[in-house]
Amino acid sequence: MSAALHLVVTLAICPVAAHLLVRARWVWRAPGTGIALWQMLAATWVLSLAGVLITLGLDPYDAPIPEALSAWAGDPLSTVTQDVLVAGGLAVPVAFVAVLVTSWFTVARIRRRHRDVLALVSRTDEAAPGALVVDHPVAVAYCLPGTPSSVVLSTGALRNLSTAELHAVLAHERSHARERHDLVLLPFVALRRCAPRVADAVALLVEMRADDRACREHGPEALASALHRFTASPPAGALGITAASARLERIANRTSASALQRWTALVSGLTLVSTPLSFLVF
Amino acid sequence: MLSKLGELERAAMEVLWDSRTPMLVRDVAESLSKRDLAYTTVMTVLTRLASKGFVQREADGRAWRYSPVASREEYVAQLMLDALSLTGDREAALTHFARSVSSPEAEMLSQALADKQDET
Repeated sequence: MSAALHLVVTLAICPVAAHLLVRARWVWRAPGTGIALWQMLAATWVLSLAGVLITLGLDPYDAPIPEALSAWAGDPLSTVTQDVLVAGGLAVPVAFVAVLVTSWFTVARIRRRHRDVLALVSRTDEAAPGALVVDHPVAVAYCLPGTPSSVVLSTGALRNLSTAELHAVLAHERSHARERHDLVLLPFVALRRCAPRVADAVALLVEMRADDRACREHGPEALASALHRFTASPPAGALGITAASARLERIANRTSASALQRWTALVSGLTLVSTPLSFLVF
Repeated sequence: MLSKLGELERAAMEVLWDSRTPMLVRDVAESLSKRDLAYTTVMTVLTRLASKGFVQREADGRAWRYSPVASREEYVAQLMLDALSLTGDREAALTHFARSVSSPEAEMLSQALADKQDET
């Protein structure tokens, strides 16, 4: 029973930690660490939820989980409650993976179509080396992830940006492509309906991570003025504007979190995720 | 090879966009005569475009006449809507620099596509 209790506590910690992490501002100074923390938190949540159900179902066998699991599988006299708990517990990670896979295929289909259309209507432009240009007055700059990934600009964006700003935007988009930020975002976007604020928080961290790369290569001034130009007209959602001002503010006073802060965060995350793992494996 | 085919698809599409009437494979090949392509190559290119849903064909006697499904501007509008995440749950499909579209602009883009759908 103590195993189940441990897991229940871990499971209860997850929403509290998520609540704190959504509000945390220090992660903005270490977006990479922040992203890793969110990933560990998500893994902890899935594993503890599965763990709680499985341990409760297997409690009567009074053995470590792997042994109890084989005992349960070979036990003709297990109760319905037990069966439901164990099967439910096993279904949690299966469902999680199924959601990810479905989401992946949907995204891949959208991208393939987008890539096909791009191939027909985009062109290259000397002003934006390595990027595809689409002729449209609305300013957009984005990355189409995949192998190979493409960075796409509209003529609207191209016209509005100075050379320095353009290079900063391209560096930002290339870092999305290189670090496969689309894969980082996938699970959070797939589960957006369950936790919309978490998805937004992770998306913002990903942008900040790409901002850091762009700053390192082309300096904060170019990136900040590019962002200003992109957000001068009113954005579609309120999120756009808060996110942009948060990004602008941190570009203006760039400070990184200390190594101690980062390591403390990572070790706490690892401790959290190892709790359900230790019960499920040993 | 793949990129060469892609380039041909684009060229064939441009021919079809420029033409006001549906074209025979022979007509398309003629318009691309600078490239000195075999008839079967042009046929392959058009079939590929049809399978991707970019061109439609109608029977004309024993041959097919090809025409674009949508105009170039409509495809550009589709890309822009994708890029601005205005077409449903596309957050993970693309990562954009910043959201910047104003509501009238978004409206205009959606309208461009809606008009087309009404026509067909």
